Amino acid sequence: MTDLPEGPTSRRVDRAGLVIAAALAALAVVLVWDSRQLPATTMYGMGPEVMPVVIAIGLGLLAIGNLIDALRGNLPPRESADPKAVLLILGGLALLIAIIGFGGGFILATSALFVATSAAFGRRAILADSVIALVMSTLIYLAFDRLLTLSLPTGPLERLL
Amino acid sequence: METFAALAHGMAVAVQPMNLLYALIGVFLGTAVGVLPGIGPALTVALLLPVTYKLDPGGSLIMFAGIYYGGMYGGSTTAILINTPGESASMATALEGNKMAKAGRGGPALATSAIGSFVAGTIATIGLAFLAPWLVDFAVRFGPEDYFALMCVAFVTVSATFGDSPIRGLTSLFIGLTLGLIGIDKLTGQARLSFGIPELLDGVEVTTLAVGLFAVGEALYVASRRHHAEEKIEPVRGSLWMTREDWKRSWKPWLRGTLFGFPIGALPAGGAEIPTFLSYSTEKRLTKHPEEFGKGAIEGVAGPEAANNASAAGTLVPLLTLGLPTSATAAMMLAGFQQYGLNPGPLLFAERPDLVWGLIASLFIANVMLLVLNLPLVGLWVKLLAIPQPWLYAGILVFATMGTIAAKPSVVELSMLAGFGVLGFLMRRFDFPIAPVVVGLILGPIAESQLRRALAISLGDPIVLLQSPMSATLLGIALVALLAPFVLKGMNRFKATED
Repeated sequence: MTDLPEGPTSRRVDRAGLVIAAALAALAVVLVWDSRQLPATTMYGMGPEVMPVVIAIGLGLLAIGNLIDALRGNLPPRESADPKAVLLILGGLALLIAIIGFGGGFILATSALFVATSAAFGRRAILADSVIALVMSTLIYLAFDRLLTLSLPTGPLERLL
Repeated sequence: METFAALAHGMAVAVQPMNLLYALIGVFLGTAVGVLPGIGPALTVALLLPVTYKLDPGGSLIMFAGIYYGGMYGGSTTAILINTPGESASMATALEGNKMAKAGRGGPALATSAIGSFVAGTIATIGLAFLAPWLVDFAVRFGPEDYFALMCVAFVTVSATFGDSPIRGLTSLFIGLTLGLIGIDKLTGQARLSFGIPELLDGVEVTTLAVGLFAVGEALYVASRRHHAEEKIEPVRGSLWMTREDWKRSWKPWLRGTLFGFPIGALPAGGAEIPTFLSYSTEKRLTKHPEEFGKGAIEGVAGPEAANNASAAGTLVPLLTLGLPTSATAAMMLAGFQQYGLNPGPLLFAERPDLVWGLIASLFIANVMLLVLNLPLVGLWVKLLAIPQPWLYAGILVFATMGTIAAKPSVVELSMLAGFGVLGFLMRRFDFPIAPVVVGLILGPIAESQLRRALAISLGDPIVLLQSPMSATLLGIALVALLAPFVLKGMNRFKATED
């Protein structure tokens, strides 16, 4: 069915669609490359190296399908996106990961994420949000650490409690 | 009669005071989280998983039943009051429900949805209780090849048949299948796609994937397009209660919705979109007030809501009897079972009948609690909706990361959560469905091990897949379901050129 000609309203090539197709193809290559490192040990039936190749073939076919959609401009329309907001939230997540990684504890880490997300949604009151975030994450910490005895990572602030 | 005895036994488990309390907490938390805009039932279950970590399996599954129904109801509330259905199943509800809310009839809309959910949920749970043992008898005779074929049907129907683009649905599924490969192969102990990172040897956690895709992805997506439109909450004005006329117009749609929802939900194809939209269009055709449709007709809320809840109970049939999740929410329930090393399926009915029947009985109780809790608490839920967006999403992200931090506080796991968040954002932006990724991650490894088991028994002869009549039929169905959308699309194009 893919060879049916498009009507006169043929849209232009969708670049993001090309990237998606390329990413799927790359993923297929990674799967095949990884599966070749597995020794074929099973005597009967299929070993662990078969399924990755099957999935890689599927990904390859889907890469072609997505490529055709992209070349025809068949992707659904999308609205403009605000990259600053996305980067702010991702920055907040990176901060959270760094604080947890360096032993800064749960309260500081989630507070950083809270303030960054709130700023991404247009709030400019960073000081007020920081206070709200610290109080909220301290309460969550106490509730989960003391009441439900889940172990959350501790840092300087948690040791004070 | 066996079913009655088992159900009575389950009731005895479920009405223990502690378990009643768990069900109540579950319904309350489920509704509270589910009512937040942008959070569907699947995410509600995923976010609340950590709360159940420390409970025993019985108590936790009972709380789960409450969370499941609570999350569903919360989602409908959001759909009615701010027209942001958290998942496609409440899209039909939002059509008329939001119009009713705009016309100042938000109260009756919420009431018919709560009572309709109760009626449908109760009938469908009875259906579940009677259908499940029958299906279990049938399922114990399944060989590994039959299971593999069944999962192929689920793969195709979840990803390819119902979306608007089979290519995009299948792409989502294959991303999930790829993620499912990561980690140590259970049959040989070989590490796949772990790239020497020890944290990856255990594979991808379902909750990390689901929370990343749904919560982080949604937050990124909403933030990225905040400049387009602000969500508007409709205040609940006027009476909260249904009039005699409302009752008269609601009870038949409730029953019809149940009839659509339960059987379709119970099929291994799953999906609540089909029954809800079937119910919507049926009510539109049968109504005595056609002029009200599109302006807020109560039938258009009562029917789809009942269908939605009935199909949610229906989804539990393949989940409990076959271990087959057919929706993202069911996949999260399966993850909940797996955290206790329990595998739903015919064996679980034989080995832990107290657990399975306790869960089924709690569904009845959760349903009653939903009604008792939610009619008076509507005001509270509406207040939750009024949390300013910056704090709402900041809070959602804190809770989302907290689940991962509590389960595995490692930099790798948190980076995966953030990575899945970016994936979820991109999939939303480019209109790829999300649920097939989660289903692929959960079912992929199971399907692979069933296939390999079947081939090991047959000494590597693939003909075993076609020798079992069950497996051959199911594989045929999967193939037809895979090719049908492409063929139909081609036919549609023919029509378009003829016109």
